[in-house]
Amino acid sequence: MIYADSKVLLEVRGLCASVNGIEILKNLDFTVRSGEVHAIMGQNGSGKSTFAKVLAGHPSYEITSGSVRFEGKDLLALTAEDRARAGFFLAFQYPIEVPGVGNSQFLRLTYNTLQKQRGHEELDPLEFDDFVREKMKLLEMSPDFLDRSVNEGFSGGEKKRNEILQMALLEPHLAILDETDSGLDIDALRIVAHGVNQLTTKNNAMVMVTHYQRLLNYIVPDYVHVMEAGRIVKTGDKSLALELETRGYDWVSTDTQVAASVSA
Amino acid sequence: MSETTTQSKVIDDNDQESQLASQLQLTASPLAWLKGLREQAATSVKRLPLPTTRDEEWRFTDISQLSKMSFAPALPANRLEAADVAQFYIDEATIRLVFVDGFFAPEFCSGGANSGAEVFSLLAATAAQAAAIKPHLGQHAAFANDVFTAQNTATLQDAAVVIVPQAVAVTTPVHVLFIASQKDVVNTPRCLLLAETGSAVTVIEDYVELSQAHATASHFTNAVTEILLEDNAQLTHIRVQREGSKAFHIANCAVMLGRASNYQSVSVALGARISRYNLHALQTAEGSQCTLDGLTLISGRQLADTHTCIDHAKPHGISQQLHKCIVGGSAHAVFNGKVIVAEGAQRTDAKQSNRNLLLTAKAHIDTKPQLEIFASDVKCTHGATVGQLDSEEVFYLQSRGLTATAARNLLTYAFGAEVIDRIPITSLKQQLEQTVLAQTEGQL
Repeated sequence: MIYADSKVLLEVRGLCASVNGIEILKNLDFTVRSGEVHAIMGQNGSGKSTFAKVLAGHPSYEITSGSVRFEGKDLLALTAEDRARAGFFLAFQYPIEVPGVGNSQFLRLTYNTLQKQRGHEELDPLEFDDFVREKMKLLEMSPDFLDRSVNEGFSGGEKKRNEILQMALLEPHLAILDETDSGLDIDALRIVAHGVNQLTTKNNAMVMVTHYQRLLNYIVPDYVHVMEAGRIVKTGDKSLALELETRGYDWVSTDTQVAASVSA
Repeated sequence: MSETTTQSKVIDDNDQESQLASQLQLTASPLAWLKGLREQAATSVKRLPLPTTRDEEWRFTDISQLSKMSFAPALPANRLEAADVAQFYIDEATIRLVFVDGFFAPEFCSGGANSGAEVFSLLAATAAQAAAIKPHLGQHAAFANDVFTAQNTATLQDAAVVIVPQAVAVTTPVHVLFIASQKDVVNTPRCLLLAETGSAVTVIEDYVELSQAHATASHFTNAVTEILLEDNAQLTHIRVQREGSKAFHIANCAVMLGRASNYQSVSVALGARISRYNLHALQTAEGSQCTLDGLTLISGRQLADTHTCIDHAKPHGISQQLHKCIVGGSAHAVFNGKVIVAEGAQRTDAKQSNRNLLLTAKAHIDTKPQLEIFASDVKCTHGATVGQLDSEEVFYLQSRGLTATAARNLLTYAFGAEVIDRIPITSLKQQLEQTVLAQTEGQL
């Protein structure tokens, strides 16, 4: 929701990033204020997922120019773990399986790491168990997930739920959900979306990266951005997503080219 | 030439005969037959040279450091303090046999009396027990072509013996603890496990070293274990080799599986400068099943070699194997997993997987799966992977607030935990998990 006078959480200016010498993000600008829900849409290869990973600090990407400020801090100067500790969260498109590490052990480790960082009390296994079970209800997850290895043998939908569960535990200030809706059936989508909506407050913000308008029926965005060739080429409200659904993406690029040629 | 021959036997055998004679008064005992067995093995020792990397079975494993050395046979050491020994106890395994430098230490042994199992040292065998042992001791671990087995057998003085009578299920795990306490000596531990028809037991074979004993000097452990599962017997065999970083450890284990028997083994190799474990499982009758899992975790300049052979000699056999190596420093791990399916061993189902994790650029692994299939209607799969920690996995954990080091430690630990989790003894599992964590943290 858009609130008057809400503070700027994320400010991306002129961001350029490349992988293996190929430039993916080209002069990208993007601003998020607290309380807001954003959707970034775009075709395959437009740079959406790269943007999400760059913000999270993935080591494969080289930042060639631009700046990213997160709650006033220089985000790009922080390691991936320090970004997480500062309140940034990425729900992965493809969550990693970690066989041999119990989900409950992993969740408690990450939770306590951040609690410690924030000067809050850590939870022992029993306390944590009560706490996490409460959060799991939000996502209609069976407690069995605690006893399994992290994401191992989870279905696509279960993995995505486990990501949102981590978000619920870590209480980030800004969360990017990278194609959290991909591969979810309608029931799972509804549950995940419900969970995300429950977690949205006026003090945090969500950015959903998605191909499909479908998700936006459940998590209603304040802003919809269209990304193309490494930058945001169009921004609108939720009606833009509906328009993209019916008209596709081609008209956006044509419009942009026209706009560009007019301004040139 | 004769000089090199003496040296090449590793064991300095001066006066060996007289020492043995003084330790054992066998002539009138029910174990009189041991003498003949030892003499037979001694003949093999004389005949067999020490292996070198020119031998196919030792191609990747250079033991020249061991071959250069000469160790005197261990003599009974001073009595150990109870606390020194108690640190190695495993809570659940209250039936315990302890040997120090190969010598039986009854003061540290316990349990067994009401368990239904017969757990004793060979020298204490009754006439009936000696008769039960005779058809097996030295008969399954062949020494005719293995110099180390031959040396162990030629110097055989005592052994840990576990006999589980017919249809008895022993619910308490049996801990057979071999402690090395002296430097510059060779220990020749020996184990015989007999699970009679329909019986069930879990045995932990554990090799440890008193840490204060020799930080700088070495010893040589040359161990042999023989395991027999009669029809329908179930035996879980946990083997832990956690000797000091200067030790040499060579071990042979022969397992004979009877009809529809089930042998499950988890072997963990953590210690020793150079170690080699040969595990040979022979399915002697139809429908037997074995699981051979293993974890090697080494660093520094350690070399650890695991050679396994699963011999499906009869039809309807099942075997499963997961062997993992975590190699740090400039250490070198070797895995050679042979699976033989004999002609006529139809409907064999054999699965083998070997996964290796290299933690440093100088770490080294040689892996060799070997399938030899002579039957037509079988299902055999095998696979081997060698890799480093996945940077995407590290990043995933970092993105949740873990430092890169903590992330790498957790992933390494998890890699090893997959094998350790298969040990059905909670406190031992926890001990080993702590060891893995400590060792991982030390080298990253």
